Amino acid sequence: MTSTAHALAPNRAERLVRSAVVLYIALLVAVPLLALLSFGLSGGTHALVEALRSPVARSALWLTVWTSSVVAVLNTLLGTATAWVLVRYKLPGRAVLSALIDLPLAIPTLVAGLMLAVLYGPLTWLGHGLEARGMPIIFAPPGIVLALMFVTLPFVIRAVEPVLLEIDPAEEEAARILGAGPLRTFQTVFLPAIGPAALSAGIRSLGRALGEFGAIVIVAGNIPFRTLTAPVYIFGEIESGTPRAAAAVSVLLLLLALALHGLAGFIERRIGARHA
Amino acid sequence: MLESVQQTQTADVTPTTLAAVSAFAEPTHLRWAHLQPAGRALLVATVGLYVSAILLGPLAALGVELAHVGLGATLQALAKPNAIAALKMSLVLTAISVVVNTVVGTLGALAIVRQRFWGRALVNALADLPLAVSPVMIGLAFILLVGRDGWLAPVLDRIGLKVMFSFTGLVIATLFVALPYTLREVVYVLEELGTSEEEAAATLGASPWQVFWRVTLPNIRFGLGYGVLMALARSLGEFGAVLVLGGSISGQTQTATTFIHDALEERETAGAYGMAVVLALTSVVLLLGLEWAKRQKKVGRP
Repeated sequence: MTSTAHALAPNRAERLVRSAVVLYIALLVAVPLLALLSFGLSGGTHALVEALRSPVARSALWLTVWTSSVVAVLNTLLGTATAWVLVRYKLPGRAVLSALIDLPLAIPTLVAGLMLAVLYGPLTWLGHGLEARGMPIIFAPPGIVLALMFVTLPFVIRAVEPVLLEIDPAEEEAARILGAGPLRTFQTVFLPAIGPAALSAGIRSLGRALGEFGAIVIVAGNIPFRTLTAPVYIFGEIESGTPRAAAAVSVLLLLLALALHGLAGFIERRIGARHA
Repeated sequence: MLESVQQTQTADVTPTTLAAVSAFAEPTHLRWAHLQPAGRALLVATVGLYVSAILLGPLAALGVELAHVGLGATLQALAKPNAIAALKMSLVLTAISVVVNTVVGTLGALAIVRQRFWGRALVNALADLPLAVSPVMIGLAFILLVGRDGWLAPVLDRIGLKVMFSFTGLVIATLFVALPYTLREVVYVLEELGTSEEEAAATLGASPWQVFWRVTLPNIRFGLGYGVLMALARSLGEFGAVLVLGGSISGQTQTATTFIHDALEERETAGAYGMAVVLALTSVVLLLGLEWAKRQKKVGRP
């Protein structure tokens, strides 16, 4: 009894370690973000709104929001389909593909952008041909979408896979025997299980896409009003010494990111999942 | 329809109910049967196209382009002093980040999971935030803190510490982005593990020190290993935050990623491709390590 209490009750060394860790995390994360929020809001809401209403900032925010939303939807649908194929179809090369799915987590996003710029740029017949047919990818919004799809590729797949593996095959069998077609089986057996996981991962990919910088810098070309996204706009404003404008857009994106982060976390806690 | 028949299934299945079930089951089943192979092929083709367009194609394109530029030219570009300095800088930053995050991840997770204290949930949430925040915003946040007019500027001036555009700035940016990886992994493993083994060891007379080295650490080692590899990959690949805080001064605060960025701006493609391939190959090796750690984690899980 006493030794159990001894093992669990924090002694002085443990309390010291705890204080050090709490201080480290507070200094590294909380203080800088508070500095950003307070600087962004210090001019009052009027100044904040004014800064956000500048035409360049507005178009950058809109570009970021629409490309990220498209990516989140595509990622949710295609990610679920990919997880489905990986888990249920015994295709050759499945193990290699499954391992490669995680590559976007390990590769620098700048390198990802470079790879996309090479494949879809004027260097290859593919990029050249698309551009000749009036569908430029690089230095155009489709390039931004591709870059965001690359960096968020594993999110939904890795969230849906474990859920699919856990579904009892008997449930599916029962639905089939009871006369449900593939679509109805998917709706009644699979969707209730994988839906929340796919949703929260989709929300996470939206949040991630809103803030992406490295992959976009190279493929987008950063042309104001055409391919300048919000994070690249923030960077440009920092470089040109106008932190007010940078902070205004940052505060908006930060609050959006925190809301999405919280929402995804809420869904994950309800279904007992964890995110990539 | 399904709900009502599910109830029948839990009840005694008599020949009559089976017959009734199959009676209305048969037609739907047949109607779908011939569509299934086609749907399956369509699904596989879609996924194949998706993964090729986003992942495999670009990966192959980089390899082909490298062959095009030539290995000799690439190696020559990588042998230049500024390229070597950038690579060395990235390795030093990554090493620091790995050491710090191994310690912080282990001790922090132990504190968060095993101790009850005021603000515990907040600390746990804060540790997760770097995943949600754009690297450029992190850079801006630190500028507002340690830049010329920043909150901490008077203090830093007094002690003579330069953070912006310096090695210190790079270290801070790297530590920020890599913070969640080890911590989250170890928190997760510790929560799964519970305290029974540690309690048993303590009951048998082990000191807290012995409990940690002989029970806790062996139990969390694969989770910790996975987290450390993720932190390593993230630290090596960070771009936005180190660009903003470090300024990418050639030979001083340039890292491997900011080197690629600058080389592309200056149209020195050999150097850019060379460094990109070095980083891509490193991440493939890291990926193998991650897969291994993931498998070990699953094996070791009770």
